[in-house]
Amino acid sequence: MALLQISEPGQSSAPHQHKLAAGIDLGTTNSLVATVRSGLAETIPDAQGRHLLPSVVQFLGKNEDGYQTVVGYEAQENAVNDPTNTIVSAKRYMGRGLEDIKEHSVYEFIQDEDSKVPRIRTVAGDVSAVEVSAEILKALKQRAEEALGGDLSGVVITVPAYFDDAQRQATKDAATLAGLNVLRLINEPTAAAVAYGLDSGNEGVHIIYDLGGGTFDISILKLTQGVFEVMSTAGDSSLGGDDLDQVIVNWIMEQAGIESPSATLQRQLHDKAKAAKEALSEQDSTLIDIDIDLDDGRNWQGELNLEQFEKLIKPVIRKTIAPCRRALRDASIDVDDIEDVVMVGGSTRVPLVRQMVGEFFETEPLVDIDPDKVVAIGAARQADVLVGNKSDDEMLLLDVTPLSLGLETMGGLVEKVIHRNTTIPVARAQDFTTFKDGQTAMAIHVLQGERELVSDCRSLARFELRGIPPMVAGAARIRVTFQIDADGLLSVSAREETSGVESSIQVKPSYGLSDTEIETMLKDSFSHAKDDMEARKLKEEQVEAMRVVEAIQAALQEDGDKLLSAQERDNIQQAIDELTKVAQGDEQRAIKQKIEEVDKVTAEFAQRRMDASINKALAGHSVDEITEGSK
Amino acid sequence: MAITLTDAAAEHVARFIENRGKGEALRLGVKTNGCSGMAYVLEFADTIDDDDLVFEDKGVKVIVDPKSIVYIDGTELDYGKEGLNEGFKFNNPNVKDSCGCGESFNV
Repeated sequence: MALLQISEPGQSSAPHQHKLAAGIDLGTTNSLVATVRSGLAETIPDAQGRHLLPSVVQFLGKNEDGYQTVVGYEAQENAVNDPTNTIVSAKRYMGRGLEDIKEHSVYEFIQDEDSKVPRIRTVAGDVSAVEVSAEILKALKQRAEEALGGDLSGVVITVPAYFDDAQRQATKDAATLAGLNVLRLINEPTAAAVAYGLDSGNEGVHIIYDLGGGTFDISILKLTQGVFEVMSTAGDSSLGGDDLDQVIVNWIMEQAGIESPSATLQRQLHDKAKAAKEALSEQDSTLIDIDIDLDDGRNWQGELNLEQFEKLIKPVIRKTIAPCRRALRDASIDVDDIEDVVMVGGSTRVPLVRQMVGEFFETEPLVDIDPDKVVAIGAARQADVLVGNKSDDEMLLLDVTPLSLGLETMGGLVEKVIHRNTTIPVARAQDFTTFKDGQTAMAIHVLQGERELVSDCRSLARFELRGIPPMVAGAARIRVTFQIDADGLLSVSAREETSGVESSIQVKPSYGLSDTEIETMLKDSFSHAKDDMEARKLKEEQVEAMRVVEAIQAALQEDGDKLLSAQERDNIQQAIDELTKVAQGDEQRAIKQKIEEVDKVTAEFAQRRMDASINKALAGHSVDEITEGSK
Repeated sequence: MAITLTDAAAEHVARFIENRGKGEALRLGVKTNGCSGMAYVLEFADTIDDDDLVFEDKGVKVIVDPKSIVYIDGTELDYGKEGLNEGFKFNNPNVKDSCGCGESFNV
């Protein structure tokens, strides 16, 4: 007998045609899967009743069916004995290049010639972060399908708000590998806000404070007409619950006089510290029992009370306040403007965290939904809407682009086509033209970032539009279209309108930036706004100088001998040589002045060329003909 | 005529309706499709039509349209778990045979 769920009025499906959907929180430390059953969004536990799945994959080997792996708690336990084949925190490596990751990793990363994707060497072969994540997703998929009694039609997967295109694409690739149909990727803070139903509530500013096992993220969202806009993000990619555990471990070691613990003792210390932390979220004191040496039976017992505990962890929690302040500043938001503060991540169960965050934002944080599950629950709600289990008037949540997208123009400048925080999906087109006479190809360089110069932005892709018919500079009309789908993935196409030649690219970048770099990119765009403006002016002047030099040289070649004396020609040549030299410098005013000088020197030449071409045009025609023609 | 609920079913229905925040009743019914004749309908109800039959058991209001009642009269709605999966079951005395999975049936 099949088990049925209650549907919305009129939404009962035919047998065997249930549209099963799930939301997946693919986390750095832990992952979860949630679904909506009978209108209620809940995370799905495994057979042992555990909701979290540690994001840990142990690779055992490989056969024709794929990798043989152990995922989750079991893998986590095996990590101690098999560290090189057991991959933890693969999310940190998603969409990253070798240069971004190798410094702070215990794994042996390799990169072959023809692939830009770094791989980790294991007994099962060389695996990429995408493949590791796919194993986690497979485990969650299996759990969801067992719980729902059928195949999943689609899933919504959450990603951090600061994830760039490369990292989002890597996440999508992992889902494809796991055999999942991705309905949409949504930002983690957005999912948390959706779980609390903030999407249908008051318009305003919402703070999402996410202190997980090993990462801290703060996001400021603004809700306008059902759309969450990410106003700013900040965080610390190596700060989390593990740091709280560590200060307790240090305290125990100090109290018990342990100096250099063995690996086993270290693990025991860690487990006990974690247990103590969890106990102190609910009670005022806890007993800690450590077997220092099993052989001689030496052990240590101590009591940690809430007051001592809070004194120990206060400096760690205080570290999260600086990014909060930064995020507020970046978003130009006052504490008074804040509507809600949503708590996400297991570490926000610690009462002192809630207290300090509440004090800083002067708002009582929302803690009703389990902070470990809140992101997955929001994703499940969204998946349920997207798969079509709700009536049409249910709002479809939209997301926004995290960084601006544009392309390179002459002089190494970035012309933004889609601005940061534009709601997606979106398509925007902009017309460009050729720079030189007879130019038949155009290189299109797609960039992401807020700065004005190409060198300060991130290169996403390059392609060429070829077969432009030869025309004078500025006559070709090249329409470049940027399109971002609902997952935030970009495709760019270019089309020459008069001839119809076109070319396009799916942006699938092969490496990415670190969280801090993205954050820095955003911040730099504010702090360097003035420099950028100056740089843009300089570059534009340099491009103008080059254009002037080219035009004069072309004219000299054509008419120089006919219309100029040797002396005049030398003067012009000297002026453009000087301009070329000045244009290589960084004095925008000097270049401008020189261009004006060159204009003066060449004014006479230009006049003669004009006269000559009019004479040529008029030669052999009567005045009558000309006046006739101009009527 | 009667429709009844087991304790587990009543408890879950009440919880789901409360979570949904609107609607007071549960609609039971049948649709004529599926691989073996009829298929069950199990929905939240925001409105009660004039000719709907209304039953009440264990504090839960259940409504059935007059066409459906002949196929499901005497049904006991249950809630159960099968491994990780959980959901509602129709214990319907009118069923002669059903498809393998029990989602559709014949009377």
